[in-house]
Amino acid sequence: MAANPALAAARRSLPGRSRAWLVLAVLLPGAAAAFAWALTAGELSIPLADVAGALAGAGDDMAARVVRELRLPRALATFACGGLLALAGALMQVLLRNPLAEPYVLGISGGAAVGALGAITLGAATFIVHAGAFAGALAAMLLVFGLAHGDGSWTQTRLLLTGVIVAAGCGAVVTLMLALAPATQAQSMLFWLMGDASSANRPWPALVLLIAGLLLVLPLARDLNVLVRGELAAQALGVRVRRLRYALYLLASLFTAAAVSLVGTVGFVGLIVPHLVRLLLGNDQRVLLPVAALAGGTLLLAADTAARTAMAPMQLPVGVLTALIGVPAFLFLLARHPGR
Amino acid sequence: MTMLMPAATQNPLLQADGLGVRIGERWLCRDLDLLLQPGECLAVIGANGAGKTTLLHTLAGLRPAAAGQLALAGRALQHWPLRELARFRGLLAQQQPDHFTASVLETVLVGRHPHLGRWDWEGAEDERLARAALAEVGLEGMAARDILSLSGGERQRVALAALLAQAPALFLLDEPLNHLDLRYQIAVLTLFRRLAEAGRGVVMVLHDINLAARFADRIVLLDGHGGACAGSRDEVLQPALLEAAFGHPLRRVEVEGRVLFIPA
Repeated sequence: MAANPALAAARRSLPGRSRAWLVLAVLLPGAAAAFAWALTAGELSIPLADVAGALAGAGDDMAARVVRELRLPRALATFACGGLLALAGALMQVLLRNPLAEPYVLGISGGAAVGALGAITLGAATFIVHAGAFAGALAAMLLVFGLAHGDGSWTQTRLLLTGVIVAAGCGAVVTLMLALAPATQAQSMLFWLMGDASSANRPWPALVLLIAGLLLVLPLARDLNVLVRGELAAQALGVRVRRLRYALYLLASLFTAAAVSLVGTVGFVGLIVPHLVRLLLGNDQRVLLPVAALAGGTLLLAADTAARTAMAPMQLPVGVLTALIGVPAFLFLLARHPGR
Repeated sequence: MTMLMPAATQNPLLQADGLGVRIGERWLCRDLDLLLQPGECLAVIGANGAGKTTLLHTLAGLRPAAAGQLALAGRALQHWPLRELARFRGLLAQQQPDHFTASVLETVLVGRHPHLGRWDWEGAEDERLARAALAEVGLEGMAARDILSLSGGERQRVALAALLAQAPALFLLDEPLNHLDLRYQIAVLTLFRRLAEAGRGVVMVLHDINLAARFADRIVLLDGHGGACAGSRDEVLQPALLEAAFGHPLRRVEVEGRVLFIPA
């Protein structure tokens, strides 16, 4: 089909697609550069050639072990989490048909925070904190789903209100735990809440979920384009709206849960990245979803590297950096595209 | 009341037998018999809240009928696969919710959705159909515009163009004249009249009795109390029936051979 010249002509005339290749051509090297920075920079500065050698398995000195055992897992984990958050945000915006929606709007992050901070209060190991966050996120997701489902209507207003209320309830519990915690615990709680990748050393579940999630979502992307035009129109065009909305809710929640259980509640990635991509490429979900995943991963990876090198040896919470990078970039683009 | 049967053909586009539509405990219409052949325009009229939209959604298969049988092209509605149904009948929704930016062309191309396979992208032929549809509604120069920057009437015409790009045999239009100025009201109804004459069928919810009288062959009048009066234009457009349904006295006048109803 791609060889068809008529189709190629149509591609040219649809602005989103040709620009998508351009943006990908910039983003892919960008992602590679972010990885290179993450693997070379740090307290111990390692030349790129040594990093390549370490990745190929050569050498057993300290530098090679730092690359293989510390920096690579953390880089992969932050990249996967950034991608998952951006993807979840884009899906939530379609599900709620609200440009202000983001991964945390339906209370998932609140549930995760209660779980994680509960584990920190008990003095649990890092692994238990991750598991607690994931369990809390799933609990919040089921609670919101069950409450919003109610009489079976499951309208987006009801879903949004239920999610916001559950998030508010979780916020109160989180504040209580913070207020009661001793100073040492309160510090790590605050870091978790702002998003902190320093304990993200098991990247594979998130990476696998990101790739599997993209493969699951991409075949639905044109259905999502139709759903954006309204539920009634989508139904009339042959989309199984109810099933699609369940799938959207479950996938977006799962992506969010996986990400926050690894790096905490990093802000802005899930809201700003889908909007950045939309400003540059339009709202065709077939383009927006994969590009947002790639851009989200790159942004979080770069932000995390900055967070651990900017004031080294002190590590900043990565969520602060995503906001510091994301907000001006977003405002700049918004100012350049008036009327959107 | 049963519609007068036209000369029976094999498969009418739309056939309803004893159709009942209900919301909760309230019946909007009962025992409605309808037959729409290719080439015909049917107007649904009635007071606010009488159930015009709900009836239209039922005919589209978007909500189940509370009673009776519904068939499109001779096949019972419940036996239609969704995608095939979406290629056969198209619905113009009463409102066009826009929350995100999109170009006019992209919005019209959404109408091609049921014609494309899961992995297909819109091709040159889809784009040609979309641009032709835009030309039909007088928006040929607007393909690249952002829908969020359009006026209400322009946005309505984009929705009509998307429906034309969907290219169904049966058009179900919920207040197609919303936001349209006088010129486009007549242009749009003339366009659908022409499509009907080319062998399609049109069911449209209208508020203007006089436009219904001018463009529809058949009328369904919902009285708002569960009664539906269906028949040819001249059977249904009687001052007494209209006054009862709309709750306002009407005068029937003839101007240059055309019947007009004027609120008294």
